[in-house]
Amino acid sequence: MAAPAEKMNSTEAMIAAHPMPATKGWSKAARGDALARLRAMGLPDRRDEYWKYTRPDSLTQTDAIPAAVLHNDEAPLFDGIERLKIVFVDGVFDAEASDDLSMEGVSIERLATSDSDLHWARDLYGTLEKSGQTPVDRPLAALNTACATDGVLIHVTGKTSKPVSLIYRHMSDTSDAFLHHCIKLDAGADLTVLENGPAAARFNKVMEIDIADGASFHHVRAQGRDHERRAATHIFARLGTESQFKSFTLTVNGQLTRNEAVIEITGDNASAHIAGACVGDGEFHHDDTVFITHDAVNCESRQVFKKVLRNGATGVFQGKILVKEGAQKTDGYQISQSLLLDDGSQFLAKPELEIYADDVACSHGSTSGAIDEDALFYLRARGVPKGVATDMLTLSFLAEAVDEIDSETLKEEMMARLESWLARRRG
Amino acid sequence: MLDNVIVKEGENVKEGVDQETVDAVREVGGKYKYGWSTDIEMEYAPKGLSPDIVRLISEKNEEPQWMTDWRLEAYERWLTKKEPDWAMVDYPEIDFQDQYYYARPKSMAVKPKSLDDVDPKLLATYDKLGIPLKEQMILAGVEGAEDAPAEGRKVAVDAVFDSVSVGTTFQAELKKAGVIFCSISEAIKEHPELVKKYLGSVVPVSDNFYATLNSAVFSDGSFVYVPPGVRCPMELSTYFRINAENTGQFERTLIIADKGSYVSYLEGCTAPQRDESQLHAAVVEIIIEEDAEVKYSTVQNWYPGDENGKGGIYNFVTKRADCRGDRAKVMWTQVETGSAVTWKYPSCILRGDDSQGEFYSIAIANNMQQADTGTKMIHLGKRTKSRIVSKGISAGRAQNTYRGLVSMHPKAKESRNYTQCDSLLIGDKCGAHTVPYIEVKNSSSRVEHEATTSKVDDDQMFYCRSRGMDEEEAVALVVNGFCKDVLQALPMEFAMEAQALVAISLEGSVG
Repeated sequence: MAAPAEKMNSTEAMIAAHPMPATKGWSKAARGDALARLRAMGLPDRRDEYWKYTRPDSLTQTDAIPAAVLHNDEAPLFDGIERLKIVFVDGVFDAEASDDLSMEGVSIERLATSDSDLHWARDLYGTLEKSGQTPVDRPLAALNTACATDGVLIHVTGKTSKPVSLIYRHMSDTSDAFLHHCIKLDAGADLTVLENGPAAARFNKVMEIDIADGASFHHVRAQGRDHERRAATHIFARLGTESQFKSFTLTVNGQLTRNEAVIEITGDNASAHIAGACVGDGEFHHDDTVFITHDAVNCESRQVFKKVLRNGATGVFQGKILVKEGAQKTDGYQISQSLLLDDGSQFLAKPELEIYADDVACSHGSTSGAIDEDALFYLRARGVPKGVATDMLTLSFLAEAVDEIDSETLKEEMMARLESWLARRRG
Repeated sequence: MLDNVIVKEGENVKEGVDQETVDAVREVGGKYKYGWSTDIEMEYAPKGLSPDIVRLISEKNEEPQWMTDWRLEAYERWLTKKEPDWAMVDYPEIDFQDQYYYARPKSMAVKPKSLDDVDPKLLATYDKLGIPLKEQMILAGVEGAEDAPAEGRKVAVDAVFDSVSVGTTFQAELKKAGVIFCSISEAIKEHPELVKKYLGSVVPVSDNFYATLNSAVFSDGSFVYVPPGVRCPMELSTYFRINAENTGQFERTLIIADKGSYVSYLEGCTAPQRDESQLHAAVVEIIIEEDAEVKYSTVQNWYPGDENGKGGIYNFVTKRADCRGDRAKVMWTQVETGSAVTWKYPSCILRGDDSQGEFYSIAIANNMQQADTGTKMIHLGKRTKSRIVSKGISAGRAQNTYRGLVSMHPKAKESRNYTQCDSLLIGDKCGAHTVPYIEVKNSSSRVEHEATTSKVDDDQMFYCRSRGMDEEEAVALVVNGFCKDVLQALPMEFAMEAQALVAISLEGSVG
């Protein structure tokens, strides 16, 4: 069905403002396809069911709403970790700040400069994004495929010695960045990707990850602290037999964040875990939208999302487990919980199951409530001041999501960030 | 043809689903007992929908002008409405002009005075449906039969046959208690002040496509008014029967429980087996004032279509209860076994402080049936409570969806919701889906939604486990024990049928 005229106008305005880069033999066809897809569906508006709880206006208007850069003295994240750094400033690659892009077992290139006609990424770029458009439209991802200006292309052929760290700096109040990463893991390969930073006033990012049989992909992300930033991100992952996918996202601050993850399990005995912890205060709207498709036998998926909200902050969770016919022995789990620290904050959730196979164990849970008064009383009776006690309980609530990270070092680093966020607000 | 068996050869049921459950589902959903039709001379309005048809229905019911105007306004609104497409149901486009909107037995044109005057076919219909004999006279529309002594538990019945209410029993006895129980067409004539005040106040005329259609063309239905402080002396019920071909049934039920009153209301429905699908779009409105309580139970057993999906009723129903006063309470219980397509979300608006809403549902979809059903709990008042327990069972190639909303408004402080949804798939060609919406807008309320079988009450589980039961057994016992309570509360001819469901366990169920 063609999009209504109003939608079409805003879509065309967006396309005009962000033209396809005039480049690249290998990505040109995929970009053209994505543009056609985008035109067929139109950018989202608030009448769209998939945007019921998040107003897309600021993400779909032609220009980014300016966002002040936050200057803070917090130590940079992941500093103590041996890693290969790739830095983007407002969406533009910063060669000086980045490491040399060579590492054993991995080939790393940039989307903007890989202009050979035949490229491995040609089969991946836009492919998973395209298949992720059914059954739900994700127009912002199609827009990204069409107009992304840069990104990294990572091909992992074996075991890697250190994580690839993508750092997104935000320096300009009006920046509007589109990055598109492609990651391909060959059979048995492994890779950890770290991401951090606010990126831009408005950030639209797509990451397509193709995980071959027996490969494993780990992802830890911390979305930057800038209060006014807005972001729409998509992860599209395809999992082969006995492969593994693990992703964790920490979000503190940000006026609007919509993180979509579309995971398709196509090989037997694979496992996909996705988790998120977010803390929001005041003008904060955070949306986790997850869609996991089980299309193979004996696979496991797990979604763990925790949100702490106060002073009118909004947390959204839309999670779905789709078990296709024949995907027997599926073990699907989903939990979304919110802790509302005061009135005015809200939690909106739609945890969905769609199951077409009978021999499966799928469950989901969703809760929302205030701090447990009994637990608070217990701590206060033992001399813990109220503010500290509240923080302790808040941290333990969030820890369940952080625990989904395998690496102890990374886990500690995430917890430390949450602690300092709480401490700052306790004053 | 009638003996459709759920589990066919070559269709595997997974391990862990016990035979009793499979048999029970087969028993309940596999065979349609009410598929026969009554060959009776009918009087139809011309096919199709137009302002003239709306006026005609109003005229047939001898309605005052304000009612006719109300209907016409609804009709105008309906023209601007779009058929909803968000439910997980799939059916061929309905031609709303290819339906009869009014059908009544010719013999009902003039109300029969004695048993001898009643069309024997009409009598035989209710006999065959198993309506208790003592009440049959009254159901057949004989005046003066109200005084006949009743045996056993009394249930007053309003019987609706296609577009008309055939009769309402025990009206005299109810009158003594001050309870008004009659057909809605009668209420419009006899109690216009009540109808005017409450009709459309819970489900507004333009609420949704089907409710708007119903507002324009509803032909009959039941009306209940329980005055302040009165505990209704008997259970009230409506039995809906669709008989005529190509005819839609659009009934309207309005229940008002005034301050401190109590009423339990039951609803049953069946239809003949036909190759053509038929439309049923009902609206039920319940108003519950301060300290009042209403229990509304449904056994929905419309013809579900054959095993290839041919025929069956399209059941598009809007049911809503408004707890207007403080401490008002409503309980919806539904056993959904029939209909080719079900689109039904009995909802509770918890407006009064400390009001309560409960929703218990068992939905069974078999063969090609599609059910999209659930509830809405809108918490507006302080300390309001709601509980949702939904069990969906799919077999054959059926699709069963739970769709629900729990909304805690900013002012609904210290409110509480608990939701549990379980689904069971019998066979590997069917589907079970859960689409809950949860909206929490204040911090002192607690909302819990779970769809795991292991999370029944811990104490009860511990008790059972400590007596040597394994976890599956214990869960089944606890949940079935709960169901039994609910189902045994259902009297009337459908009680047997509903109770057969008790054998259904939750073994092997998925969220």
